[in-house]
Amino acid sequence: MTTETAKEPWGRHKKIERNIAVLGVLAFAVVTIGGLVEIAPLFWIDNTIEKVEGVRPYTPLEQAGRDIYVREGCYVCHSQMIRPFRDEVERYGHYSLAAESMYDHPFQWGSKRTGPDLARVGLKYSDEWHVQHLKNPQGVVPESVMPQYAFLAEHDLKIGDPAARLTALYRVGVPYTATDIKKATDDLKSQADPMADNADLQKRYPKAQVRDFDGNPDRLTEMDALVAYLQVLGTMVDVNAPAAQEVLAKEKGR
Amino acid sequence: MESLVARAGLWLVALLVAMFMFANAVDSGFAVHMAIFALAALAGLVISLRGTDYKLAAAGAKPAVDQGRYDDQLVRYGVILTTFWGCVGFLAGLYIALQLAFPALNLGFEYTTFGRLRPLHTSAVIFAFGGTALISTSFYVVQRTCRARLAMPGLARFVFWGYQLFIVLAATGYVLGITQAKEYAEPEWYVDLWLTLVWVAYLAVFVGTIMKRSEPHIYVAYWFYLSFILTVAMLHLVNNVNLPVSIFGSQSYPLWAGVQGALVQWWYGHNAVGFFLTAGFLAMMYYFVPKQAERPVYSYRLSIVHFWALIFLYIWAGPHHLHYTALPDWAQTLGMVFSIVLWMPSWGGMINGLMTLNGAWDKVRTDPIIRMMVMSVAFYGMSTFEGPMMSIKSVNSLSHYTDWTIGHVHSGALGWNGMITFSAIYFLTPRLWGRERMYSQRMINWHFWLATVGIVFYAASMWVAGITQGLMWREYGADNYLVNSFAETVAALHPMYLARAFGGILYLTGGLIMAYNVWQTIAGNLRQEEPLRQAAYDSAADRPLVAAPAE
Repeated sequence: MTTETAKEPWGRHKKIERNIAVLGVLAFAVVTIGGLVEIAPLFWIDNTIEKVEGVRPYTPLEQAGRDIYVREGCYVCHSQMIRPFRDEVERYGHYSLAAESMYDHPFQWGSKRTGPDLARVGLKYSDEWHVQHLKNPQGVVPESVMPQYAFLAEHDLKIGDPAARLTALYRVGVPYTATDIKKATDDLKSQADPMADNADLQKRYPKAQVRDFDGNPDRLTEMDALVAYLQVLGTMVDVNAPAAQEVLAKEKGR
Repeated sequence: MESLVARAGLWLVALLVAMFMFANAVDSGFAVHMAIFALAALAGLVISLRGTDYKLAAAGAKPAVDQGRYDDQLVRYGVILTTFWGCVGFLAGLYIALQLAFPALNLGFEYTTFGRLRPLHTSAVIFAFGGTALISTSFYVVQRTCRARLAMPGLARFVFWGYQLFIVLAATGYVLGITQAKEYAEPEWYVDLWLTLVWVAYLAVFVGTIMKRSEPHIYVAYWFYLSFILTVAMLHLVNNVNLPVSIFGSQSYPLWAGVQGALVQWWYGHNAVGFFLTAGFLAMMYYFVPKQAERPVYSYRLSIVHFWALIFLYIWAGPHHLHYTALPDWAQTLGMVFSIVLWMPSWGGMINGLMTLNGAWDKVRTDPIIRMMVMSVAFYGMSTFEGPMMSIKSVNSLSHYTDWTIGHVHSGALGWNGMITFSAIYFLTPRLWGRERMYSQRMINWHFWLATVGIVFYAASMWVAGITQGLMWREYGADNYLVNSFAETVAALHPMYLARAFGGILYLTGGLIMAYNVWQTIAGNLRQEEPLRQAAYDSAADRPLVAAPAE
């Protein structure tokens, strides 16, 4: 420190203020710390994600429905994250586990409940209810402020290249097998076709629900895919099974 | 001549690439976007070819620019576009607010559902209105505080118009259903790449201008602008690591999933607030408030302490968006603690802004721009108190997932970001177009009151709505059953949604009055009215320092 700056309080800071490189490097160093300390450990601390049975990648049809859920911005009004409070657990079901969204690219936990939480909506309502509700929510729930999604039943599902989508998901870490990827297009079509032989699909994707979802077996629509996705939400892990309860009993905090 | 050939060549390559992508597009949304890209590249090509003086270029000379003036052309466009995007964003907000009160307004079309229009509203306000304001004011402020012209004016034009292209791509994408479904980071992978390019150029122009400064000292506003640019770059890159399904398609899947995805997203999301909407706008405050009040910044020391504390602490606060979720408890608690500590440096900024008016408080009565600035900083103080309070876990258990959050965001966005931007626009417009004053100062006053009352309606109705929702969700009867079905809690909010929309109408009206006022000022008109006070301005002194040639 020079004698001139030593006289002034905060003299050292003057040097930073006169050198853009020093200012930039220091500012950048300061803003990286918080993120490093909070985010990086999530990738190696073992108990971040519980080891529970049942979580599997989405079937191609469910994933196609999920892509529609993403496209329509459902996360804007619906959460998929039940907090461990008595009222939430009674209203929506067992609180959400980290494991249940481990294959969700992107995560869809949401931040706002203009509508109810959907983390465990699967199998709570019939397909017919979902279809009617999506087409005209106010017809089923008069108080609802949800937009009308009748167009989903009119749009044929754009199948595109399901194998490419599964491959991309595989590359970001979803454990699809080579068979899953090879059969992606067949799997996608046959899951909504009650006449197809789906034994192999259900073996590779346990608990996969196989049926026509939109009430129109002649067509494979966006409604089929979205309802298939909604019906699988929260159904993969049997949270009340003894094994799961044992894992959860060891969980601390929250 | 070489530079012209290189520039035109680059545009031509961009045009060809966009056309190639368009021809191979696997989905229609991507095709639309590549067509927009191609049009933009064509415009760039035509403008660089037509804007050249070929005689000069052939002689190997550069067109003469007046080194004795600041380079303000982009700032002029910026003022106009900020005003425009502001009104667009407020209008979109009003419309989706009405959709929540009257769901028939979703119209049954896929392009007009709340789910697609809500990101349009948030992006229009944050990135179009706020971002354009930040880029243009930073170009204005950096030249003044460095007493130097912008470095790399060509690159600066690329930054400005490239950012506008980003806005257009993002906005059209949402309506077409192209989204990553991550709040405030909805644009898809190719738009993200484009923004990265623009942002790197922005940093270069900025730092370049600072390096050629005539003032040895880097003014405090600039520290904030710099940390805003650097941090947004980091957040944007980390949160948008995506793998496209096809390079000819709009769809991609993010690398981060589940719990890690959630924390990366809210680390991004919260610091988009912290650095885009706070650090960047504090930079605006540090320039425009002292200028308009004609007083020096209250405390130099306070600005040092609160700058470093603010940028260090903000980064940690992200997990408070994930209280009681499947995020590990230690991360939630850490996020909460840092959020509460963050209250102090935030108020450091507020105090520094408000106390700058020491000795000039009478101007709050007489100068509508000062009044707007004071209200803006007051809202900053209020929402930076409310934020830490909402980040306390027990408060958050009630407020999370409710409209209280929406109200909190809007007291910050409408009050702090909106008002400081409006006052900057009112400050800049007469100076940039060489007018004596704004067309009407009394209209500024009207704008001030409409905006203030609008925010009061907005924030109050959302507090009531949020707390009503939170309490109704958890209400148990004497029989130990939940009292309310979800649908009942939705119905209960209807009056509050109407009050909120009314607040939005007032705020939008204020914005439209501003647009009219700016337009008339640019047209050179002066409204005959009883004068109000305004800050002194000497256009002769508003010049970069140019080294005097040796005699």
